[in-house]
Amino acid sequence: MASESPEAEPDRPEKRINVGRRVFLGFTVLGALGVAFGNSAQNILGDVFGSGLAGLLPGGDRFRIYSITGRYPKISRKKYRLVVSGLVDRPTTLTMDDLEAMPKTSFTKDFQCVTGWRVTNVHWEGVKLSDILTHVGVQPSAVAVSFDSYDHADTESLTLDQARLSDVIVAYSMLGAPVTTEHGGPVRLYVAPMFGYKSLKWLSGIRVVDRVEPGFWEQNGYPTNGWLDGTTGPTNPDPGLT
Amino acid sequence: MTITHAPEKTLRLLRFDRVQRAAHWANATLFFILMFTAIPLYFGSFFGIVLPRHLIEQIHLWTGLSLALPILVSLVGPWGTAMRQDVRRINFWTRDEIRWLRTFGTSRLEADKFNPGQKLNAIFIGASILVMLVTGSMLQWFRFFSVSLRSGATLVHDIFAWAIFIVVIGHIVMAVTHREALRSIFKGWVSESWAKRHSGRWLKEVRLDDVKLERTPKR
Repeated sequence: MASESPEAEPDRPEKRINVGRRVFLGFTVLGALGVAFGNSAQNILGDVFGSGLAGLLPGGDRFRIYSITGRYPKISRKKYRLVVSGLVDRPTTLTMDDLEAMPKTSFTKDFQCVTGWRVTNVHWEGVKLSDILTHVGVQPSAVAVSFDSYDHADTESLTLDQARLSDVIVAYSMLGAPVTTEHGGPVRLYVAPMFGYKSLKWLSGIRVVDRVEPGFWEQNGYPTNGWLDGTTGPTNPDPGLT
Repeated sequence: MTITHAPEKTLRLLRFDRVQRAAHWANATLFFILMFTAIPLYFGSFFGIVLPRHLIEQIHLWTGLSLALPILVSLVGPWGTAMRQDVRRINFWTRDEIRWLRTFGTSRLEADKFNPGQKLNAIFIGASILVMLVTGSMLQWFRFFSVSLRSGATLVHDIFAWAIFIVVIGHIVMAVTHREALRSIFKGWVSESWAKRHSGRWLKEVRLDDVKLERTPKR
């Protein structure tokens, strides 16, 4: 029998340590620290190693694929058409070849979801939305741009000022390859200064309109101006649409 | 006190009462639903196979919000005596138990009702319920938090999710390879000889307290 065993001194049981409380608090504090500093830790690691802490988890720094309808519309490059209509001088239907013939723009930016996940250093390539708008000629009465998707469910909107920002693009290439179907290919919107829900997938139509039409996610409670924290830019003039 | 030592296996000891068994299985069911729905939410490419994403999200959300209920309900009230006792057992460790865990179960130990590994499992699951509840709520009601905090909450929710998968799978492997212990979470009781082998200290305390010992009914 060990000297510490209860039998040695039945009236004074051996000392018990509240390990439970310590370990419980330990895990909780770990979680709280992760919430508070996880983002900065990820940024530092991302700068040093090129991938964040989440990259250590299998699937952690990957896109979480969302679709409103529960399926991915499949559109071949050949059949793809982008219909530009509304308050424009020259309503146009663009093919993949048309888009690729337009001035190309590319940059590397993070994809930030409004719910918190982020994919760092995503390479994007496409045509500036402002170039397309110039190409079709926006009429003076126009105020905003609405976007439609091949999924027939998602819609989005930007004010004209927002739509003309240089990092708002109609993207046909992402992560160094053509945009895949699950990422909204062959052509999607990428609105760099705003949360991911603004970057509509499977882009089928661009309509220039005379008022902001809140899109699918805005109708479901997300801000119409989906600026990332710390980003400033032209804000929606309608105070009802914050 | 009134233990008779005829054939050794004639005594049954109550290891988990009805309330504990119900709480365990309610908790396990909620965990399974959460883990099952977590997979398509995490790995996007799985999604759409069984249910629409929106529905999976709602199931995950409501199951998550009710996750703490079975344990809380089983702890409060007059029915929670055994549960509260076991929580105390799980919390308070002897030096021998700490040493046993540090030596990965190789040092000598007259085990309590639960061995230190089982205790650690219970404490981790308890803490992870709290952590997942808080970080999950932050992701659901994200408007109240800065993006930096949301990213942190996502990271913590993901890391803990991975840890939970590993721990739960380990728990199940241990359960199915230890049949008599497994039976006690279904039927409540273990034999005295099992207790002697696996929970010596508990058996002594039970004898001192003269708690729930019942004779094996004759077949």
